[in-house]
Amino acid sequence: MPLEAKKVAFRYSRKEPWVLQNCSLRVERGERLALFAPSGYGKTTLARLLAGYLPPTEGEVLLDGAPLPKAGVCPVQLIFQHPEKAINPRWRLRQVLEEGGILRDDILDAFGIERPWLDRFPRELSGGELQRFCVARALMSGADYLICDEISTMLDVITQAQIWNVILGEAKRRNMGLIAVTHNRHLARRIADRVYDLSE
Amino acid sequence: MRRCNRRTQLVLLTAGLSLLLLAIYLVGALIPESAYASDYLAAKLPPSWEHPFGTDSLGRDLLMRTLKGLSISMTVGIAASAISAVIAVLVGIAAATGAQWVDAAINWVIDLVMGVPHTILVILISFALGRGLKGLLIGIAATHWCSLARLIRGEVLQLRSETYIAVSRRLGKGSGWILVHHLLPHLVPQFFVGLILTFPHAILHEASISFLGFGLPPEQPAIGIILSESMKYLSTGMWWSAVFPGLLLVAIVLLVDRLGDQLRRILDPSSAQE
Repeated sequence: MPLEAKKVAFRYSRKEPWVLQNCSLRVERGERLALFAPSGYGKTTLARLLAGYLPPTEGEVLLDGAPLPKAGVCPVQLIFQHPEKAINPRWRLRQVLEEGGILRDDILDAFGIERPWLDRFPRELSGGELQRFCVARALMSGADYLICDEISTMLDVITQAQIWNVILGEAKRRNMGLIAVTHNRHLARRIADRVYDLSE
Repeated sequence: MRRCNRRTQLVLLTAGLSLLLLAIYLVGALIPESAYASDYLAAKLPPSWEHPFGTDSLGRDLLMRTLKGLSISMTVGIAASAISAVIAVLVGIAAATGAQWVDAAINWVIDLVMGVPHTILVILISFALGRGLKGLLIGIAATHWCSLARLIRGEVLQLRSETYIAVSRRLGKGSGWILVHHLLPHLVPQFFVGLILTFPHAILHEASISFLGFGLPPEQPAIGIILSESMKYLSTGMWWSAVFPGLLLVAIVLLVDRLGDQLRRILDPSSAQE
């Protein structure tokens, strides 16, 4: 049951230059891949293509040999670099989590999400706390593949370790495919079985 | 006495303003017809303790007529601005989420309606619908949704590009669900502030159209009618018949305008935390 990109290319319009060209990759369930490249090589664009946020201009993104489903919960979930943009600022965090699915106490506990936080608004929590909510929301949606787009770049080391431990544990337990986008070589080597370098 | 912070002061002021407006409306609505009945022995009296605003050429008490007129104006204002605000939300959302040709068509209509002076359009619509309260209401409602619709279109366009809307879609939520849970709550402030800021326009239009003779029938004690009648007697020295009703109308319009401003400051995220 692989998630694969077949010769995908992307540009915003005919007049714009290519953001990404002739890019192929394949991730099996249970596999952990790190996408590595310096700034401006299209890491985020590739992540968005794989999760179905953008349609590829050329090529195709296939899940188990078929295109990503258009309706319903997408089995490929993307977690963004900036959690404060991925959460409706007018919602309480309980509502944010419930958008992903039924609340799971084990995930809340694993991320150290304190119950009173659930009744707060996003602006009352820090970026690291919000990012845990974003990851928890993606995990509760029952996704088969998780794409993490530099999710820990702006976090302190302890929070980074905590978040990655939970993600890796959950991915192993549920046999999820994982794609971690990063420009941190050490992190890439630490969490992934395989590193895919876009700049090569 | 404990000092209130700015937000508390704002909320108190807003509550006070709305209470005052409500009081004027209720007093006007509760005045019986006998209070401003004709009394030819008391015609054309200048302001006195008995008749604080004086009496008109038929001996009707002008204070009572003015209050009654204001309450009618406020009914027209509330109804017309509520209708036009609802139209604005529907049209704005349709323009922002519909196909490209829908957007183009709606923008064209907005330009068209905004390009024609309001007064002329209201006169035409009101006249075509047989004047009276109904014609006036529809006329005002049909001409005042444009700027709010434009605002809401812009707001929805911006909201639609937010990341959390895209996330919601990928979490399997449909367009209707996103509209109700993500978009509409963001539009509540625009809706209410727009509604209240349209209100003074609506009142002024009601008065001016009635003044010109295309609105409410002459027997109804509306501000526009009172001002229009007073024109005949101004040259005979009856200054009170125009000054007091006119001043009260301006005062109400300013009050509502202030109320809208206060409400915007309370609801606007950039000042809501003060």
